[in-house]
Amino acid sequence: MSVLVASRIRSQLAYRASFWTDVATSAGVGVIEYVEIYALLSSVPVLGGLDLVQATLVYALANLGFALADLVFGSLDTIPTLLRAGQLEALLVRPLPLMLQLVASDFQLRRLGRAVASVVILAVVVPLADVDWTAGRVYLLLVTPLAGAAIYGALFAAAGGLQFFVVDGAEITNSFVYGGGYAGQVPGSVLLAPLRAFFTFVAPATLTGYLPALVLLGLPGPALLPAWLGWCAPLFAVWAWVLAALAWRGGVRHFTGAGG
Amino acid sequence: MLRALPALAGAELRRYSSYRLAVWAGVVTNSVFGLIRASVLLSAVSAAGGRLAGYDTGQASTYVWLGQGLLAAVAIWPWSEIADRVRTGDIAVDLARPVDLQLGWWARDLGRAAFLLPARGLPPLVVGALLVGVELPGSWLAYPLGALSVLLAVSVSFHLRFVLNLVAFWTVDVRGYLSFYFVLVGPLSGVLVPVHVLPAWLRTVAYATPFPSMIQAPIDVLGGRVTGVDALPVLLAQAAWLAGLVLLGRVVMHRALHRLVVQGG
Repeated sequence: MSVLVASRIRSQLAYRASFWTDVATSAGVGVIEYVEIYALLSSVPVLGGLDLVQATLVYALANLGFALADLVFGSLDTIPTLLRAGQLEALLVRPLPLMLQLVASDFQLRRLGRAVASVVILAVVVPLADVDWTAGRVYLLLVTPLAGAAIYGALFAAAGGLQFFVVDGAEITNSFVYGGGYAGQVPGSVLLAPLRAFFTFVAPATLTGYLPALVLLGLPGPALLPAWLGWCAPLFAVWAWVLAALAWRGGVRHFTGAGG
Repeated sequence: MLRALPALAGAELRRYSSYRLAVWAGVVTNSVFGLIRASVLLSAVSAAGGRLAGYDTGQASTYVWLGQGLLAAVAIWPWSEIADRVRTGDIAVDLARPVDLQLGWWARDLGRAAFLLPARGLPPLVVGALLVGVELPGSWLAYPLGALSVLLAVSVSFHLRFVLNLVAFWTVDVRGYLSFYFVLVGPLSGVLVPVHVLPAWLRTVAYATPFPSMIQAPIDVLGGRVTGVDALPVLLAQAAWLAGLVLLGRVVMHRALHRLVVQGG
């Protein structure tokens, strides 16, 4: 398996100029939604109770988690294409789990650009954010991007599973995968109540940035979102993977082949 | 040729209308993103004391939902159908037809938009009106002028994407160019936040590009932010970008076709 991933990485590094352009563009894709937060917070002092530095902290934490998940699981997006082309059967007869093969066979190192961009933003914004550091908060800062990656990874996997049921309607999964990425990057307090509930307790995107940031900043949470939930991101990641496992197993069992 | 163009448009309209599930899925996704977008913009308007860059609560919500409604028809995200046909050599089939490449694909794109505008545009607008609230424009003139503005927006978007696809005649892999377009179109077209809300320097950058003609302009006209005579500069700017892009497309197309080599076949 590692041989497969390594060969994918070597092939991508073979064309250096093209690779670095791709890395830069991937970083740009990660920063697009930040333009919205930056533009609004240069016109108004606070958004959802957070100032520019605090909202940037939320953005960077969530974006790092999303970028890491996209690096590993982003290739599951291609399932509808594989299904239509009848290429999935070839993978199913091999003696390796399907998800592992999909992840390894299309590992795109260029997606690292997005993660690097969020690490840079984090490195700038964390010292500015006036955090009262304790051992617990240092731990939270380190664990949040990993828990975030696990949560968004679960969303990618759940989407992958659902795509077996709705090949033509695969765009529906964007509403909770990319919608979750978007909802996670904005201060959770701005979200309308039903979205707030959905993106916390079903697709736990607010756990990837907003709630941990509240703990780091020592701020209370809005209705439905008490700040102490920010410590629970790993638990929510486990819950998200339970849902993802159900969707993935259901999807693969539902697969009937294209007669290839 | 003149009979072929409506036929191409009609065929494309029927092609898109045959994927019912895709339309439904797109509507759900546009609506969810609309709810998040409206949440963020309304929170900013309220933080600004009820008015931000001329948008009050109702106008901000209208902005978001008109934007979500226009997204699919204007097709602001990159598209690579022509580039893919260049890569596979299928472009030879298009060139064998007695229809101009640029005009033929423009007609097809208008057919696509003619289906997607009502099918993918109206439902999110209804969702927005029910859940957040949408304001109708004050003057009836907003509808005919808005329709013209949307037609110009769809055409500007098509010709931008057409030129982008022609890059495939020089370099087989256009993925990098498409991603770069994706990075620019979000912040500069007005789809993330109204261009009027951008900081001055970014607004200047935006208006140096055709991107505001794709989303900001039609929403300004349809939503009634500019009406009557005030709408003319907006429509003229769209028309000027369109004329420039059509011309650019022709020049690039002629150069591309002169160096085209179709393998095999």
